[in-house]
Amino acid sequence: MTETQAPAERFAVGTLLPPTSFPITRKDLVRYAGASGDFNDIHWNGRFAVDVGLPDVIAHGMYTMAVAGRVVTDWIGDPAAVEEYFVRFSKPVVVPDDGVGALVEVTGKVAKALDGGRVQVDLTVQSAGQKVLGKATAVVRIP
Amino acid sequence: MALDQSFVGRTYPPTPAYEVGREKIREFADAIGDPNPVYRDPEAAKALGHPDVVAPPTFPIVISMPAADQVVYDPALGLDWSRVVHGDQRFNHERPMRPGDRVVAVVTVESIKSFAGNDMITLVTAMSTVEGELITTARALLVARAEGEDKS
Repeated sequence: MTETQAPAERFAVGTLLPPTSFPITRKDLVRYAGASGDFNDIHWNGRFAVDVGLPDVIAHGMYTMAVAGRVVTDWIGDPAAVEEYFVRFSKPVVVPDDGVGALVEVTGKVAKALDGGRVQVDLTVQSAGQKVLGKATAVVRIP
Repeated sequence: MALDQSFVGRTYPPTPAYEVGREKIREFADAIGDPNPVYRDPEAAKALGHPDVVAPPTFPIVISMPAADQVVYDPALGLDWSRVVHGDQRFNHERPMRPGDRVVAVVTVESIKSFAGNDMITLVTAMSTVEGELITTARALLVARAEGEDKS
């Protein structure tokens, strides 16, 4: 994508990763439930979600983590360069059954240069104006 | 109710081997909406220096989450599983998982804490091939919410 830039420039501290928005619908959650094996009712059953005190069905935290990670893997190219990935699940991503669903907005920045030719990327992950993942960080090996 | 601190440091028996498959990786990549060919096309993966397609960075949850059930549903620990939510998640990858990996997970209770009536338990899951090569270590914080917080 930015092949003409020198590596040092592409991975310099302060570099912004291309921001990306990911729409999430109920169908996405059903598909993720099947692929991941996490069939917890709060991720597909609105009646159950409300019964346990949630506003509505919420996305799997791991789904949001996976989607947010794409900002890093799309940027670095080879997902195997991700050595470490951490997120805190701070707020649920509520996914209403209204034909629209939710939007998860992800931005990222190279926050630190680490030893061994690695950098730390900090992600900001929001939905409906709220931070849904906290301290989201990835350590990647510079190719 | 506070959980028994004597569970800290306890390691559960290894899970039966999970064999990573190419179609399962593709299914997972489809489910997270990621079109990256390195998850699907062995040639694209080889161009990046991999012997075969690789799994996405969060794929190991497919193995670590069922492995954690040993702890979550351990009657001796007595975690109220109906109140458990996922607090945080970390992966440390030695390398990505690949088709043909036969992966065994070993779960250890790293810490147990109690805060404002919430029980917080951190589980470390080491995922290695049956040959003994460590692939990924997952670290998950599970929180059993305090009674009476349902409607908050």
